[in-house]
Amino acid sequence: MSILVDKNTRLVVQGLTGREGMFHAAQMIEYGTTIVAGVTPGKGGQEVLGVPIFNTVAEARAATGCNASIIYVPARFAPDAILEAADAGLELIVCITEGIPVLDMIAVRAHLERLPTRLIGPNCPGVITPGEAKVGIMPGRIHKPGPVGLVSRSGTLTYEAVAALSEMGIGQSTVVGIGGDPIIGSRFVDILALFQQDPATKAIVLIGEIGGNDEELAAVYIREHVTKPVVAFIAGQTAPPGKRMGHAGAIISGGKGTAADKIKALEAVGVPVAHHPGEIAELVAQRL
Amino acid sequence: MKLHEYQAKRIFAQYGIPIPRGEVATSPTQARDIAQRLGKPVVIKAQVLVGGRGKAGGIKLARTPDEAEEKADAILGMNLKGFTVRRVLVDEASDIRRELYLGLVIDRARARVVMMASAAGGVDIEEVAATQPEAIKTVVIEPALGLRSYQAIGLASAIGLPQEHFRMFQQIAQGLYEAFIRCDAELAEINPLVVQGDGTLLALDGKMVLDDNALFRHPDLEEMRDLDEEAPAETEARINGLSYVKLDGEIGCMVNGAGLAMATMDIVKHYGGAPANFLDIGGGARAEKVAAALRIILSDPNVKAVLFNIFGGITRCDEVARGILAALEQVPTKVPMVTRLVGTNEEEGRAILAEAHLITARTLAEAAQKAVAAARGELPAEVVR
Repeated sequence: MSILVDKNTRLVVQGLTGREGMFHAAQMIEYGTTIVAGVTPGKGGQEVLGVPIFNTVAEARAATGCNASIIYVPARFAPDAILEAADAGLELIVCITEGIPVLDMIAVRAHLERLPTRLIGPNCPGVITPGEAKVGIMPGRIHKPGPVGLVSRSGTLTYEAVAALSEMGIGQSTVVGIGGDPIIGSRFVDILALFQQDPATKAIVLIGEIGGNDEELAAVYIREHVTKPVVAFIAGQTAPPGKRMGHAGAIISGGKGTAADKIKALEAVGVPVAHHPGEIAELVAQRL
Repeated sequence: MKLHEYQAKRIFAQYGIPIPRGEVATSPTQARDIAQRLGKPVVIKAQVLVGGRGKAGGIKLARTPDEAEEKADAILGMNLKGFTVRRVLVDEASDIRRELYLGLVIDRARARVVMMASAAGGVDIEEVAATQPEAIKTVVIEPALGLRSYQAIGLASAIGLPQEHFRMFQQIAQGLYEAFIRCDAELAEINPLVVQGDGTLLALDGKMVLDDNALFRHPDLEEMRDLDEEAPAETEARINGLSYVKLDGEIGCMVNGAGLAMATMDIVKHYGGAPANFLDIGGGARAEKVAAALRIILSDPNVKAVLFNIFGGITRCDEVARGILAALEQVPTKVPMVTRLVGTNEEEGRAILAEAHLITARTLAEAAQKAVAAARGELPAEVVR
């Protein structure tokens, strides 16, 4: 068991014919992910990496039965790509694209709230269920199958934590990068709910950062609904207020969204917070 | 991107929001001429991108053109919280009876734009939020519907605004929303929105922050960027597509990924050092970008050591390694470098760097400790370039 993606995931890649799309599609195929289609408007009928290209997601779905999408298209086209995949009825959309205007994402989110589709991202590394399917840009080989579910707003920081877990012999059920933007499709609480229900997940790692209050909301959710052990890390303790730290969503504004507040909220509900990324794996090992 | 008060107010005026008559001056004599033309007492306002200008002495009343020249002379060139005042706005003084607050922000938890209003205007709204949150009234705006008139009037009523002002308040609220959406803002504020003695409303001050990710569709707004207000290193970073924030420490950090970059800063601190900067070289960083990043880091004279922390996903380690070598050729330096490269194509990356005799590390903790030691001059000389 796992969450979001597994052996049955039939993936369509939106933007497969682009440079990044092609590079990562090749890596996903190598990992064992079933990619059944690519979509690039105007390039329907071609074949790339042995995968048929369609003009629209709806056509790709009708022809291949794809049930999930990954999006690698540039920021100005990505909102449409998300809406297209959602309207085509896909269950899961993973949007890697960074730099989508926030008002576009608000409109997209408002539309998705009326549909059953789940969106992960944007501005995220994707989702991987080790040994089954990789729907993202993470280096597959650092992961190994196992009992830890990991959810994070970051990309490379997640790889750091995963690599440390795997080196200690602790595998992962599913690793979910929810993205670093202020408006994202799925938040900590959404993914925590899935991990809580997943029998294969025995412990959860939550990696947050400055900005917003999703970590504080996660703390409340953990107290009320999560019975599995949770370990956390929060990046940005040395971040100055009012400055955007790379991620559009990583900003302390009006004294809100500090690492200290988030750490306090998590510790208050009994979640141990690692002092640095290397400590995450040790804290997990003590709790398994 | 933050706009100056005068820029924000000019945009507001385009959307039907009344603003005081006024013009921008860059010299005391210009300020005098403007005051002369206005023929009324004026307010001289420093145009710098920091809050609290009034308390810091950057806003002064002048009753005559002579006084305007004198006050402008005092304000122009003054240092306000680290920024030199190069421009002043000379606005006609108004007859203030009440000060309100009206603003639009992105509510992340609700994933909507919300409008906030308060009868406690003219003061820092964050302070109001902290001390008397009940004084701030909020409406949530559906993107497909926009701000409806009942919502605007609901706000006016909720903050106790007398009924005779409802229509004008509604017009201003809807104008502000229109400006916010059309400009792709992430914040738009009128603070204070004043009720004048003649019963009209006026946007006395204006603030706008635009969404950097949306500037591609607003070349006209991008042109409003004030490079004087940006540190030169931050300008160079932006042009090269890098995220860079200067800090006060001695260890330069070049990292891929924002979360890891923050965690790298944090761990440097954890091991007794202090980060000189936040720098995310982003995904898929090529050699030229890495070279630019290194130039920017080394332009800070406080930097005593540089820590490269690369975990390859989208970024390939061999590309970064080549970038580091290219950068070192362009920017000869004696500053010690600690490198840690893991992930996609890490073997190729390490092989490329092996020839350059850089200090290497396997884990982040090891890299941070070595960088702190190198900055203190505690690492053996042979590995230091």
